[in-house]
Amino acid sequence: MKITSPTFKENARDALANQTLQKALKNIETGFIGKRQMAVDALPEFEDLRDVGRDIKTHTLKHLDLYLEEYEEKVTASGGHVHWAETAEDACKIVKQICESVNAKTITKGKSMISEEMQLNAFLEKDGLNVVETDLGEYIIQLRGEHPSHIIAPAVHVTKDQVEEDFRRVHTHLAADRDLSEATSMLGEAREVLREQYFAADVGITGANFLIAETGSSVIVTNEGNGDLTQTLSRVHVVLASLEKIVPTMNDADQLLRLLARSATGQEQSVYTTFSTGPRREEDPDGPEQYHVILLDNGRSSMLGTEFEEMLRCIRCGACMNHCPVYHAVGGHAYGWVYPGPMGSVLTPSLIGVDKAGHLPNASTFCGRCESVCPMKIPLPKMMRHWREKEYERHLNPSTQRWGLKSWAFLATRPALYHALMGFGMGVMKHLAPMTGLMQKLPMTGAWTKHRELPAPEGSTFQQMWAAEQKKRKAS
Amino acid sequence: MDQIELNLEAEASNGEETQAKGKRVGLFVTCLVDLFRPSVGFAAVKLIEAAGFSLEVPRDQTCCGQPAYNSGDKQDAKKVAKQVIKAFEDYDYVVAPSGSCTAMIVKHYPGLFADEPNWAARAESLSGKTHELVSFLVDVAGLESVASQFEGTVTYHDSCSGLRELKIEKQPRKLLSSIDGVALKEMQDSDVCCGFGGTFCVKYPDVSDAIVTKKTGNAEKADVTTLLAGDLGCLMNMAGKLKRQGSAIEVRHVAEVLAGMTDQPAIGEKPGR
Repeated sequence: MKITSPTFKENARDALANQTLQKALKNIETGFIGKRQMAVDALPEFEDLRDVGRDIKTHTLKHLDLYLEEYEEKVTASGGHVHWAETAEDACKIVKQICESVNAKTITKGKSMISEEMQLNAFLEKDGLNVVETDLGEYIIQLRGEHPSHIIAPAVHVTKDQVEEDFRRVHTHLAADRDLSEATSMLGEAREVLREQYFAADVGITGANFLIAETGSSVIVTNEGNGDLTQTLSRVHVVLASLEKIVPTMNDADQLLRLLARSATGQEQSVYTTFSTGPRREEDPDGPEQYHVILLDNGRSSMLGTEFEEMLRCIRCGACMNHCPVYHAVGGHAYGWVYPGPMGSVLTPSLIGVDKAGHLPNASTFCGRCESVCPMKIPLPKMMRHWREKEYERHLNPSTQRWGLKSWAFLATRPALYHALMGFGMGVMKHLAPMTGLMQKLPMTGAWTKHRELPAPEGSTFQQMWAAEQKKRKAS
Repeated sequence: MDQIELNLEAEASNGEETQAKGKRVGLFVTCLVDLFRPSVGFAAVKLIEAAGFSLEVPRDQTCCGQPAYNSGDKQDAKKVAKQVIKAFEDYDYVVAPSGSCTAMIVKHYPGLFADEPNWAARAESLSGKTHELVSFLVDVAGLESVASQFEGTVTYHDSCSGLRELKIEKQPRKLLSSIDGVALKEMQDSDVCCGFGGTFCVKYPDVSDAIVTKKTGNAEKADVTTLLAGDLGCLMNMAGKLKRQGSAIEVRHVAEVLAGMTDQPAIGEKPGR
């Protein structure tokens, strides 16, 4: 996946001009926010639960090595295998080896963001393997040759009309006059097509919302049940998870699940919440013959002990992007890599480097709405600011910007000079500001007056007027 | 602005008024108010003095350091913060007509000096006595109402820092509702960012425009005469957009209306003098 974060500005401009996308993005603003609020209002202990969730993850991250070791032991004891992958490519190779070992031709996949991070589909397809996405949103964007633009609603950037068009284009073996006017009929259509794939698949790959150290279980939540079919109907179940998905106990996972669906879609629980522990046992009526877990690091362990450690508490609910005015305006693709929105603005520079993703932590108004809804209380603006500091330290931001800041700081720390200069400057500006045409030619003001008028200053500064007022008060 | 009327009849609740007598307030004017809208500063003076406090405006103030801080230039932010601390630490209270600058002092100054314990303690102390103007009037001065007049249907935009970092939400609405002639009407998404975001509006002008266009659209739909907020940055952004759109909605700082000082043209209107 090509990283386009460095061209965020251009991506954003294209996104703003894309009417179809703008229409699709309205669903986020109208749908998710109200539903989350209703779910939160219906659970009086929701705020306390956020503290509980934060504490569980903070504790786990402090002892990550111990819990991961315990987890591996438990998985092995239940008959499964744990594979450790340092990089995305390592993880891809492990998946491929597993597929080759069972001579797999078709692979079904449940939704997994780290498989996007790994670019797994491209890696497997290169060798002629048939990879089928089973999550409806993922399936739609696979047909379109796109990437997800949201972490829980991957096809949120696509309109209903576009989906209908794609289905009629690809599902040519079905009757041409079928009804595809509603989400339910489209889901039915996808289900019909996917059903054959579940039975044909040799390997089923899912992500994991949580890994439980106590029992060696992986947990996935879905609303379509596609994850269950992916993992139970294939001969081999491969779980892809990044290190920080681990939680100590079943009870901890339970607490976090109460936060997850409410924050994400406003549901009390997702329709399916599935716990998997090892391969099928003798007495089990179904289930995979093999159970593999691939634990991917890909830069996460280097976030531990740094100012970005708290980011690893993220449970991927998407509430931050659902509430972000910048995300509402430009959608997820503009962010230019796997993870969009506020969480992506922190995580992306951590994983691919601030030199490649420097725009993202800057492309925020710091309105703080993301942090206010984050179920794990991740201080997202604070961490974006940390990235801006790193960027500044490494001189990665434009020199005009640095020069501007330095000049402002120079003046701001010399009050007498500042007041003298500003007093003069505002007098001049009072007469210039209403002349928008001229202002557009001055540095900085052009970006302002492109879309707005520049309100003129009153003329004198407060300090000038206050000095006069003081004299008058003393005289009287 | 030749004459400042200081006869506002502020009605403080019992007990609070006497407590205010003799307490010294240092007014942090904020750079935008100082440069662009001094009348907001004078409205703040009027409101604070009418509530019974003695007020001073330290000359050694310029800016709170937010532009540097939010741009990752921590060293310069610290230099500016030290200057603010020195200028204001001797007052009983520090009050600013801005949620954003207040939040900078209250929420962010202490953390700036993690490696300088002496300054961290001074920052902490300043943080504890600094308040945004309207929340100061309600939460500290105990004001229940203001006896001023303003004719119009107004809507209030919750600026992000004030709302989310300082929990300013009810205070301005409470005082506005007490004004004769004011009809307070909520617009949709009053708590959503206006797209100003400090340097964001000039670094990402197109995205900022998309956000402010939604905001001004909501104000238009609310069918109000006046849009109010507590931060001049947001106000200039919204006023600038409304003027470009040819809207008749007037934009003012909430302090101007609370103080009954609305003689000067609204923000973005041609200066009359």
